[in-house]
Amino acid sequence: MLLIPCPWCGPRDETEFRCGGQSHIQRPEPYGAVGDQAWSDYLFTRANPKGAGRERWVHAFGCRQWFNLVRDTRTHEIAAVYPMGAPPAEIAAETGR
Amino acid sequence: MTQYSAGRLFIEGLRGQTGWRPAWRSPEPKKRYDAVIVGGGGHGLATAYYLAKNHGLTEVAVLERGWLGGGNTGRNTTVIRSNYYYPQSARLYDFSLKLYEGLSRELNYNIMFSQRGMITVAHSRHDLEIAERWAGAVRLNGVDAEMISPQEIKRRVPLLDISAGARFPVWGGFVQPRAGTARHDAVAWGYARAASGLGVDIIQNCEVVGFLKNERGRVTGVRTSRGDIAANRVGLAAAGHSTVLADLAGFSLPITSYALQAFVSEPLKPVLDTVMLSLATGVYLSQSNKGGLVVGGPLDPYASYGQRGNLPVWAHTLGAVAEQMPALGRVRLLRQWAGIVDVAPDSSPILGETPTPGVLVNCGWGTGGFKAIPAGGTLFAHHLATGRPHPLAEPFSLERFAAGALIDEAAASGIAH
Amino acid sequence: MSGSRLAEGGSAIDRSRPLRFTFDGRAHTGFAGDTLASALLAAGVSVVGRSFKYHRPRGLLAAGVEEPNALVRLEDGPRTDVNLRATEIELYDGLAAAPVNCWPSARFDVGAINAAISRFIPAGFYYKTFMWPDWRWFEPPIRRAAGLGRISTSPDPDRYDERHAHCDLLVVGGGPAGLAAALAASRRGERVVLAEQDPALGGAALWRAATIDGLEGAAWVARAQAELDAAPETTALVRATAIGCFDHNSVAVLERLVDRRDRDARRPRLRLWRVRARRIVLATGAIERPLVFPGNDRPGVMLASAVQQNLERWAALAGEAAVIFTDNDSAYAAAHALVGAGAQVVALLDRRPAPPKPLVEAAEARGVRVLPGTEVTATHGAPALSAVTARTRDGATFKLQADLLAMSGGWNPAVHLFSQTGGALAWDAAQALFKPSAMVRGYDVVGAADARFDLGGALEQGWRAGGGHGAPPAASGEARPWTFSAIGRVAAPGKAFLDFQNDVTVDDLALARRESFVSVEHLKRYTTLGMAPDQGKTSNVNALALMAELTGRGVAQTGTTRFRPPYTPAAFGAFGGRMRGELFRPRRRLPAHDRHIEAGAVFEEYGGWLRPACYAHAGATPSEAVREEALAVRRGVGLFDASPLGKIEVAGPDAAEFLDRVYANAMSTLKVGRARYGLMLNELGVVIDDGVTARLAEDRFLVGATGAGAARIAAWLEEWLQCEWPHLDVLVAPVTTSLAVLTLSGPKARAVLEAAGVDIPVDAAAFPHMAFRDGRVAGTPARIFRVSFTGEVSYEINVAADRAGELWDRLLAAGRPHGVRPVGIDAWMLLRTEKGYLHVGADTDGGTAPGDVGWGHVLKRTHDFIGRRSLTRPANLREDRLQFVGLEVVGSSAPLTIGGHLKGAGGDEPSDGYVTSSGFSPVLGRGVALGMVRGGRDRLGEELMVASGPERGARVRVTAPGAYDPTGERLNG
Repeated sequence: MLLIPCPWCGPRDETEFRCGGQSHIQRPEPYGAVGDQAWSDYLFTRANPKGAGRERWVHAFGCRQWFNLVRDTRTHEIAAVYPMGAPPAEIAAETGR
Repeated sequence: MTQYSAGRLFIEGLRGQTGWRPAWRSPEPKKRYDAVIVGGGGHGLATAYYLAKNHGLTEVAVLERGWLGGGNTGRNTTVIRSNYYYPQSARLYDFSLKLYEGLSRELNYNIMFSQRGMITVAHSRHDLEIAERWAGAVRLNGVDAEMISPQEIKRRVPLLDISAGARFPVWGGFVQPRAGTARHDAVAWGYARAASGLGVDIIQNCEVVGFLKNERGRVTGVRTSRGDIAANRVGLAAAGHSTVLADLAGFSLPITSYALQAFVSEPLKPVLDTVMLSLATGVYLSQSNKGGLVVGGPLDPYASYGQRGNLPVWAHTLGAVAEQMPALGRVRLLRQWAGIVDVAPDSSPILGETPTPGVLVNCGWGTGGFKAIPAGGTLFAHHLATGRPHPLAEPFSLERFAAGALIDEAAASGIAH
Repeated sequence: MSGSRLAEGGSAIDRSRPLRFTFDGRAHTGFAGDTLASALLAAGVSVVGRSFKYHRPRGLLAAGVEEPNALVRLEDGPRTDVNLRATEIELYDGLAAAPVNCWPSARFDVGAINAAISRFIPAGFYYKTFMWPDWRWFEPPIRRAAGLGRISTSPDPDRYDERHAHCDLLVVGGGPAGLAAALAASRRGERVVLAEQDPALGGAALWRAATIDGLEGAAWVARAQAELDAAPETTALVRATAIGCFDHNSVAVLERLVDRRDRDARRPRLRLWRVRARRIVLATGAIERPLVFPGNDRPGVMLASAVQQNLERWAALAGEAAVIFTDNDSAYAAAHALVGAGAQVVALLDRRPAPPKPLVEAAEARGVRVLPGTEVTATHGAPALSAVTARTRDGATFKLQADLLAMSGGWNPAVHLFSQTGGALAWDAAQALFKPSAMVRGYDVVGAADARFDLGGALEQGWRAGGGHGAPPAASGEARPWTFSAIGRVAAPGKAFLDFQNDVTVDDLALARRESFVSVEHLKRYTTLGMAPDQGKTSNVNALALMAELTGRGVAQTGTTRFRPPYTPAAFGAFGGRMRGELFRPRRRLPAHDRHIEAGAVFEEYGGWLRPACYAHAGATPSEAVREEALAVRRGVGLFDASPLGKIEVAGPDAAEFLDRVYANAMSTLKVGRARYGLMLNELGVVIDDGVTARLAEDRFLVGATGAGAARIAAWLEEWLQCEWPHLDVLVAPVTTSLAVLTLSGPKARAVLEAAGVDIPVDAAAFPHMAFRDGRVAGTPARIFRVSFTGEVSYEINVAADRAGELWDRLLAAGRPHGVRPVGIDAWMLLRTEKGYLHVGADTDGGTAPGDVGWGHVLKRTHDFIGRRSLTRPANLREDRLQFVGLEVVGSSAPLTIGGHLKGAGGDEPSDGYVTSSGFSPVLGRGVALGMVRGGRDRLGEELMVASGPERGARVRVTAPGAYDPTGERLNG
């Protein structure tokens, strides 16, 4: 059971949170200039790293605030937590495969 | 290849079971193959088998990072069904179910496909309306399905609480009589033995670490932990790790990997003679031939490559069993495990060409890959051998995402498949 | 074997409290403190069960959780438990147990026929046969024969508890190493939880001769326990098994509370602790390995440590004449214990050609004959042991009369939990065992679990792991540390068992090897080794070593299988814990729930709310009640509780711009005081919700959502604001549950509202359709909306939730002269179906786009909105999409079944659409229905056939949605 460090409330059990998937995805605009493939990439294509990846989570049963975190998908270790809108966190070189 | 039969078993019994041959050969990899399949699970092994059997291609290698069937083939809850809503899905999965019906004899390997039926239980008026629409679609798709009453459900699943006071009262449901379960390991081993018998090389402990490409960017082989292997075409069938391989080959996929947990109880004398799925809790269970109750539930709610699984899903899944079948509250969990499943945005498979020439993909089966093994193998072999998608595979191409032509069973039924 | 109770001794038993019990139909007596196993042993019961496959008679092998043979069914009736290990059952008066896998009894078992044909049913035989004529002929008898215990089919009457604990240190295992760790941390003032699976703390100190800090083992344990109990921040749990290690230092611990037949039924049976610890010390001990030789499963063959434990803790002597068979030092202690108990030790056979001299001398000093380089090649006796055949190194064989064979093949660290954390194991060739290597952060492994078999070393390791300062507890008087060097099997003909529970033999392994199942996972799955209820606790490492020998690969290369939770089996109910019944998934209740009960409501669950489907009364069936309620709205007035409707306040300078982005239609053009219907899409262009949004002020909106969507939509708005458009200055506040909504609907709605007392003008001119006003209704501050889901004049009255009951009473009272009826949701849905109003979630599904429900015009907007780009993808532009239409049954007034499919004359698709909403309209005197039909808007007037469901074959005509009052005149009255 993950222990997620909410930047506002402190560490809480994962059951209070919801994972919103990959973070830092740019919404393409304006809509009239976005091709089908580019739109599809935005909607569907994901990095799905085996190793550290940036995700957005929300403290759904708490402060309801969204934030970013860096989590390793193999070990589930959380390496960094940072606010929405901040630039993507650096990921340590060793991400394995 | 030694033919398996009761007579042969008897003769071997008289001489101490010493005459059996290896189920499959374990050769060293050759320098070149017509086709290389990456992934020695059910889909990869079936693909190799059908390449040899249907298309006469025998210069084929299956490369497996660990041990055969060690991924989701050996980690699922063994349910086989084709009660799908959309015609494209139903055609695909029913084709698979029909192949399963003849598979033990075709492979001369008892996969113990047991068509004990599957009941989908509705717990509210809304569930029942969905079930009616779903079952109707299944029938119109040419697949067996019928609505059944709460009393009939109770007859088939005596332990289910159908009382009005139940937290999840039972309004009805539908059954697919031809659905059932099979012995998952046997499917992998049966295909491996048959493919090996037809000349396919099955190479375990051989991890693909890169792709060989020519100057035009076409893939010409794979780099492995046991050396480079050239291939005219490469097929990826490595559920859970599809995007890892795609990254190596230079393309992206709309896939996220999740842990799917499964649970088995201690062996019990028979208490459940069918497969049951609850629409309210998403929990499903059956009883294996050894007597264990095999239970599945929802995916873990975040991406994972750790074959472990989290405790909240235990609480939901096992708690739901105790809630809906109150006699099972005392039954004890023996073992839990998890597989890493490839989930596409519409939870339907992705079959066929990729942006990298020379590489084809068979992935995205999500939580339902086991039931599709014979079809997945047949279709993938067809595409690898002929260069064209099998008609049943056409709707499942990667292009469907840009076109918006998703095949989302959950969208119609409100439940994950 | 002829076990007996010693006249004195036994640290665990209370001889002043004899207990009666029955096993396999026979009555016995034991003492308080006994386990069922020790009591059976003391009572001289030799056969305690039958094996899974061959139904061989089996006796006790072990004394702990690793026991593979003694699986029993405890009690009858709803509290029946099956597959319990006799070694884990604490004896109580009146206990009734029986072995699980035999009939009629363990002594005489019909299933033993399998043993006679065992040569024809080796590992995996079922893969090779039963294919002709068909598997289904063979499966039913196989299923009946398989399985172990037969459960009760009555509901489990027991309750389960759960608790969360947070601590600095969790210690798993209350043996010397674990106690040392807990003491060290506790003395530093840390918050400590210690979990011991046994009823008593102490572990091996309870039965291995030891002196710690100058005290005898048991005395030291008692002192340690007293200290831990006195420490305010320390919790020492017994009967508490750590069953699984999960992410981020969380461990599931299952505590057995009272498990007695005569207990207080209100107390929970089990408690699941979810422990989150800063650090975790695994002091899980070690499990003794059996030796692998022909006949090693005969009742009377036991692990040496089990023999010793039974003597020391329960004064249960397993046999009168014992042979000891070992390949290591540890079993010598069993010889001493047996001699001390007055038993005859016939011989000690040590496979090693030159056992350590001091050991041999010490044994011989007590009259034990030690035979080095000697091994057991066969056992004799039916059903229990009466003699063994031994073989010396030069091949000479001889027979020894014995009713007990105590064996030891060395010890395996109990690394199960460690392995679950993701920690790596390494093969220690010098000691012939797997032990922890790469450690996972936050975890320490100490004592025998880390292959420290000397007491002093284990204490020190535990002490250090607990953060202890100064000198650790000191051990003295201990024999030299145990060492093991190899795992070997005795090469001799006959069935030598590896997995006692699943009947996997050395020959089965050889067969697996022959057939290429050499990977450990293949080996396990093909032979079923380690897959029985004991999960291979005594068999796995022996089998791995044997497979390594067969393949010539070495044990390290052969590897291990993954250890899976739970460590020991755990009841399903324990995981649900207190979350049962309503707590499993609570149904929300309306603020005026009690009023609905008074009014005779028949409740159903809708979108997570318990809502009145209709109001029953004498003389009407539910469907008649629904018709009466619907007619009341059409002809008079109805009162409907619409409180679940989602209500979300959206405020701020950018509120209008924000709503323009989240709605498919514009909201910025809405005037203050007016309301507008809107559709929300997801980014895939799929309709996800609808509702009426009101503009309260220039910078303030009240967004309406469906009842089922209320929470989801509020979260959705937050997500877009926080993640995508943080620069928009907007606040989102869900207010659904702070308001109750009571709706008056019907031609007499205004009259009732006025009768109830309203302080604002409510006539059509002053208060038109799609407007809202603030005022007081019956003295209560209210916001009233003129919107309608029925097509009749309606007033949606929003008041503070705690005023709902009072307002309900006042409106009913005011409406009584007008014949007001409470209206349930069934009638409400029927009324909107008559009108052809869309119900998101019923008429739409996860694939419905706005164009499909007649909202193609949103593409004319120039403003971007969520999902807009998806609406112009090729699949969205197809003309054969399913479209929202009305349906009229041809030649019948009966309503259609919702979900039934429709099929036109041509076309390749199996289905051309389906019924989404339906009911019998009392005002029209016929069925009305809505549906989704392929290209439906261009098919108005076309007849389709019902293709599935009860009305299969009926014909329906496609119409525009809305069978009643299609021009909507009644709304404006």
